[in-house]
Amino acid sequence: MGDNPSRSASTEAGGSGVTARHARPAGDGVSPIPPDDRPDNRPPLGGGGALPTKSRFSMETGFRGLSTAAGVMVLVIIAAIAVFLISKAAPALTANDANFLTTKEWFPNDTPPVFGIAALAFGTVLSSVIALLIAVPIAMGIALFLSHYAPKRLATPLGFIIDLLAAVPSVVFGLWGRDVFSEPVKDFSVWLNKYFSWIPLFGGEGPFGRSILLGSLVLAIMVLPIVTSLSREVFQQTPGMNEEAALALGATKWEMIRTAVLPYGKPGVIASVMLGLGRALGETIALALTLGTTFVISFNLIQSGGNSIAANIANTFGEANETGRGALIASGLVLFAITLVVNMAARAIIYRRREFRDSAA
Amino acid sequence: MAKRIEASGVSSYYGDFKAIDGVSMTVEPKTITALIGPSGCGKSTFLRSINRMHEVLPGARIEGKLTIDDQNIYDPDVDVTAVRRLIGMVFQRPNPFPTMSIYENVVAGLKLNGVKKKSLLDDAAEKSLKSANLWDEVKDRLNRPGAGLSGGQQQRLCIARTIAVEPQVVLMDEPCSALDPISTLAIEDLMFKLKDRFTIIIVTHNMQQAARVSDKTGFFSIDKTGDPGRLIEYDDTQKIFSNPTQKKTEDYITGRFG
Repeated sequence: MGDNPSRSASTEAGGSGVTARHARPAGDGVSPIPPDDRPDNRPPLGGGGALPTKSRFSMETGFRGLSTAAGVMVLVIIAAIAVFLISKAAPALTANDANFLTTKEWFPNDTPPVFGIAALAFGTVLSSVIALLIAVPIAMGIALFLSHYAPKRLATPLGFIIDLLAAVPSVVFGLWGRDVFSEPVKDFSVWLNKYFSWIPLFGGEGPFGRSILLGSLVLAIMVLPIVTSLSREVFQQTPGMNEEAALALGATKWEMIRTAVLPYGKPGVIASVMLGLGRALGETIALALTLGTTFVISFNLIQSGGNSIAANIANTFGEANETGRGALIASGLVLFAITLVVNMAARAIIYRRREFRDSAA
Repeated sequence: MAKRIEASGVSSYYGDFKAIDGVSMTVEPKTITALIGPSGCGKSTFLRSINRMHEVLPGARIEGKLTIDDQNIYDPDVDVTAVRRLIGMVFQRPNPFPTMSIYENVVAGLKLNGVKKKSLLDDAAEKSLKSANLWDEVKDRLNRPGAGLSGGQQQRLCIARTIAVEPQVVLMDEPCSALDPISTLAIEDLMFKLKDRFTIIIVTHNMQQAARVSDKTGFFSIDKTGDPGRLIEYDDTQKIFSNPTQKKTEDYITGRFG
C-alpha cells in the first residue's frame, strides 16, 4: 500500500526539507516530554507526527455499501413487480374486445374476451371510502379518550385490546361478517329502505344484506385499530408545554385539544387514515365473503351486490384461463395505481404545511 | 385593570408530597413581585397555584385560601377557565403553538373566548404585539410560523399571546432562563412597560434580575430535600437586598448558600 504510509513512517514528516524553524519532527513540538525520555522515541498518542491518513476499507465504507444496497433493492423489487404485472397483463389487454377502463362486465374467459375495470374500481373505492367515513370519527374519539380522558389504569389495557383487534385475521372478519353480522345489517337495511328510500343511497327493491354497507362495516372494524393506535400515538406526543399554554389561556379541556392537540397531530392522523385506506383498498377475503358480487356501478348501499378488485381476483382466479389471469393481473395493476394516487395525495397534504411542522422542533 | 392577590396559609401537594407549606403574602395591583430561592423550594409551584395550573397535574391539590380582589379563586363555584383568563401565565420555555402563525398565536386566546370578528382580532393582535415590543420585528411576516422566531422573540410572542386576552395579573415562570442577555433585557424593559396595566409576579433564579425589576421580593427556601418549601421573607426589594431580617435570606443573596 504505497499510497497509504503507516504512522511510524510519517513521524519524520517535517523533519527535513523545511526551514530551520521546523527542523524538528512535527510531533515533538507539542510534546511536554523530552524525546529522549520516551521509550523507543515514539511520538505521543495525542499528537505525534503527521495526521494519520484514513484507511480505505473500514466499517464505515462497509456499512455505507450495505445500506446503499438495501436502498437499491427496493427499487429493483418495485421495478420487477411492475415489469411482471405489465408483461402478464399486456396480452390479455390486447385481446380484450371492449374498452378496459369503461366497461363494467367481466367475461375474460369468453371468446372473444370482454372485460373492464369500471365496476370493480368503483366498488373498491366506494366500499373503502364508506368504511373510512364510518371508522375515522370513531377512531378519533377512541384515540382522544385513550390519550387525554381515560385514567391511565383504564387507557393501557384498553389500548392493548384495540391493538389486539388488529391481530384478528381478515378471513375471520369475513366469515363473521357473512354468517353473523349480515343478519342485523339486513334488518337495518330493510328499516333504512322503509323510511329513507327517497334517498338514492337507501333505495332499491331488495334483496338486502350482502351489500356494500355490510362490506364497508366489516372493513370499518378492520381499519379501526390501525387508525386508532397511530392517532393515539401522535396525540400523546403533543408537547405538554403547548397543552399548558392553551389551558393557561383559559381553554377548557376540549378547547385545549382543539387548539394544541389536534393541529399538532394532524399530519400523523392523515398518515394513519391513509394507512387505513390502503388496508381497506387492498382487503381481499373479507370483501370476497361479504359482498354480493355484481358488476354494476350504483351508489345504492343496501341492495345486495357490489364487488371490489381484490375480492374479484380471489373469487375468479381459480377458474380463469390464460387471458382471464392476464385480465385479473391488469385489474391488480389498476389497484396498484389507485393506492399510489391515494398515497401521493396524502403526502401532498402532509407536506403542504411542512414549514410549520419542521419549525416545531 | 390590575387586581390584588392575597394568599393565606397556602399549601400545595403533589399526591402525598407537600411541596409548599403555609405561604401567606399580599401582592398589590400594578406592582412587580419577584419570587426567588433555590431550586425545588416551591416558588414555581406557588406561582402555578395562583392561576390553578397546579391542579392540571394528576394528584395535585392545594389547601389554604387564595383570593383575587377578595374573590376566592378556589371557590367550588368558580369557573377555572375564568380564573386562568383573569390570571395569565408565561412559561419558562417559550411555547408558541407550533402549527400556528405568529398572528394565529397572538389571537389564539381571543378565539378561545369566542371573538370571531376579523377587525377585532386584527386590532388586538397589533396592540398586543406592540405592547410586547415585537410588532416592528414581525409586522411584515405575521403569517409565518411562530416557532420560526428566535428564542427571545418567541418569548415576547408568548407574552403578547398572554396579554391579548386582557388579564388582570400576569404570572411569569422564569421567563428569561432560556434567553441570552440581550433578549433578557428586552423582556425586562417590557415588564416595566406592562406594570402600568398588570400585576406581575415573576419567578426568577437571577437575583440581579429580581433586584432590577421588582418592587417586592419573596424568598422561598427548604431545610432539606423532601421538606416542603416555605416563604422565609417577603418585603420591599430594596430591603431584601440591602438589609434582610432573616439570616437565611442574607446567606442566599450573598451567595453563602444553605
